[in-house]
Amino acid sequence: MRWLRRNIVVIAGVLTLGYLIVPNLVVMVFSFNKPNGRFNYSWQRFSLDAWKDPCGVADLCGSLTLSFQIAAWATLGATVLGTMIAFALVRYRFRARGSINSLIFLPMAMPEVVMAASLLTLFLNLGARLGFWTVLIAHIMFCLSFVVTAVKARVMSMDPRLEEAARDLYAGPVQTFVRVTLPIAAPGIAAGALLAFALSFDDFIITNFNAGSTVTFPMFVWGSAQRGTPVQINVIGTAMFIVAVLLVVGGQLVSNRRKKTAATT
Amino acid sequence: MTETASTSRGGGDVRLSGISKTYGSFHAVKPLDLTVPQGSFFALLGASGCGKTTTLRMIAGLEEPTTGTVFLGDKDVTGLPPYKRPVNTVFQSYALFPHLDIYENVAFGLRRRGIKSVRGQVGEMLDLVQLGDFAKRKPHQLSGGQQQRVAVARALINHPQVLLLDEPLGALDLKLRRQMQLELKRIQTEVGITFIHVTHDQEEAMTMADTVAVMNGGLVEQLGSPADLYENPETTFVANFLGTSNLIEAEVAEIHGDEVVVTAGGAKLRLPAGRCSAPTASGGRLLVGIRPEKISLAHADDAGTIPDGRNRITGRIADSSFIGVSTQYVIDSPVCPEFEVYAQNIERDSRLAPGAEVVLHWNPAHSFGLDAAQDIDAGIETVDEEVS
Repeated sequence: MRWLRRNIVVIAGVLTLGYLIVPNLVVMVFSFNKPNGRFNYSWQRFSLDAWKDPCGVADLCGSLTLSFQIAAWATLGATVLGTMIAFALVRYRFRARGSINSLIFLPMAMPEVVMAASLLTLFLNLGARLGFWTVLIAHIMFCLSFVVTAVKARVMSMDPRLEEAARDLYAGPVQTFVRVTLPIAAPGIAAGALLAFALSFDDFIITNFNAGSTVTFPMFVWGSAQRGTPVQINVIGTAMFIVAVLLVVGGQLVSNRRKKTAATT
Repeated sequence: MTETASTSRGGGDVRLSGISKTYGSFHAVKPLDLTVPQGSFFALLGASGCGKTTTLRMIAGLEEPTTGTVFLGDKDVTGLPPYKRPVNTVFQSYALFPHLDIYENVAFGLRRRGIKSVRGQVGEMLDLVQLGDFAKRKPHQLSGGQQQRVAVARALINHPQVLLLDEPLGALDLKLRRQMQLELKRIQTEVGITFIHVTHDQEEAMTMADTVAVMNGGLVEQLGSPADLYENPETTFVANFLGTSNLIEAEVAEIHGDEVVVTAGGAKLRLPAGRCSAPTASGGRLLVGIRPEKISLAHADDAGTIPDGRNRITGRIADSSFIGVSTQYVIDSPVCPEFEVYAQNIERDSRLAPGAEVVLHWNPAHSFGLDAAQDIDAGIETVDEEVS
C-alpha cells in the first residue's frame, strides 16, 4: 500500500507513455509482417519484403512526393504570411486590430468537414480547376492561424527595447530586423513552421474535398484501405516516425552541448 | 562620423531648444530649453512621469519631439533616426541581445558601422568594465551588475558624442548601486564623454552629476550644481524632493536692507533677502525653509545660553529616532506642526527625550524664502513609492 502511494506518479506516467507509444509500435511491428491476404490486419510472419521495396505499390511514392511538396509550400507560405500578421497584431495599433485578432482563430474553431465543403463550394463558384493549387491554397489558409498563434506568443514576450537598442547602435531598419528581431523570434517561427508542416502533411478531410483527381499520401492510404492495406504504408509511417524522433533527439543534443560549453568558458 | 564629432572640441554641447512632446492631450514634456555642456556629467532628476525619460529618448532619436529642435554641437539632428546619431543609450533594463554572447553584444555597434577588426577594441572595452573573462558568456549567465557594465561597454565602444543613461542602476540593490555610481563616475572621468543620466534617486543624482536638472510635470523646475540646488531651492518641489526641508508659513513684517523679518506663530524669524526666490513686500506671505541638519536643539532650561542673533522657535519633542551618526527628532511646534531636526551625536543630552520642551535655533543666513502660493507638500512622498 505504501509502496503504491510512493510510486503512483511513476506508474501513472509509465501507463500514459504506454498509451501514447503502443499504437506507434503496432505500426512498426506490422511493417515487418507478411500478410496472407490483401489486408495487413493480423500477424503472419516476419519479412523484410516491404522495407526492400517501399515503392512497390503503384502510386504510393508519387502521392508521398506530392504530399511533401504541398506540405513544403504550405509551410513556407503560411510561415511567411503568419509571421507578418503576428508582428502586425502585436506591434502596431490599427483599426479592426481586435476583430482580426479573433477572426484569426476562426479556421481553428470551424469543424473541418464544414470548412472543406464550403471551400469546395467557393472553388467551384470561382470556376477554379481542382488540383495541386486548390489544395495548396486551402492548406495555407488553415495553417495560417496556427502559425500566427505560435509566433504571436513569442513576439509578445519580446522586449521592444531590444530593437530600440539595435537602432541606437547604428542598425538601420533592415539590419535591426535581420540581426535582432528575427533571431529572437526564431523559436516561435520554427514552432509555427513545424506545426504547419505536420498539419498540412497529414490533412485528409479538406484535401479530399478539394483535390479533384490529385491524390496525396493520406488520400492514397484511405483509398487503398478500401481494397486492402499494403505493408508499405506501415514502412512509410515507421520511417517518418524514426526521422522525426532522430531530429528531436539531435536537436536536444546540440542545444545541451551548447549550454554546457557556454557554462564552462 | 563619430570620430570627427568627438574630436571637435568646444562645439559638442547638447542643446534642446523649445522641445516638447505631447501624446494626445497629455503633455509629457512641456516646451523646454536645456544646454548640456560638452564633457559634463548631467543628471535629469524627477519622479516617474515627470518627462525625464521622454526628454532622454528625444535626444536619442527614439521619440520624435512634437515641437522644438535637438542640436548636437552646431548640428540639427531633430530629423535624424537613432542609427544616424552619434549618441548611444544605456537602457533601463540593459536590453542586452539575448541571442548574442557578451563579445558580440559589445561589438554590435562597430559591426553595424562596417568596422571589420573589432577584436582589439572589444577587448579593451571589456577590460575597462572589468569583464574580460566573460566574453563568451550569454547575457542571462551574468549578474545584474555585470549586465549593467556590459550595457555601458556596448554603448561606450562607439565613442559617442553623448552617452545617455536611462535609470541604469534602478534594478540593482543598494550596495551594488553605490559601487556602480563610483564606477560610472570613474569611467566618465576616464573617457571624458558627456553623460546624461536620468534618475529618480536624488542621492544618485547628487553623488554623480556636475549639474542636476530637477524635472516636475514636464518642466525643469531648477537647474544647478548639487550643492546649489540643495542650499538654494527655488520651489517647494525642489526643497522637498532633494533631501528634507522644514517649510514655515510666515508673514513678512518688515524689510531692513538685505534682511527680511517675518512672523510665524508668534515667533520672529529673519532671513537674507538674497535667498528669497519670491518677491517680498511688507504684509506679503512667504514660506521660510530650513534644512533639518542646520538646526541646533537646546533644552528649554538652557534657553539663556543661546547666542543672540539666531532664529529661535520653541516646541516639544514628539518623537526621536537614533540612527548611529545622528539622531532625528520630530518637534511639535506652534510654528510648524512637524519640524524635523537632525542632530549629530557628538555630545548627547539625555534630557532630549520625547515630551521635553526645547528651543530650536539656527543661523538666519541658513534660511531660504519661497513663494507661498505653491503647494507646500510638493515633492514629498513621490521619492520612494516608485522605486519598484
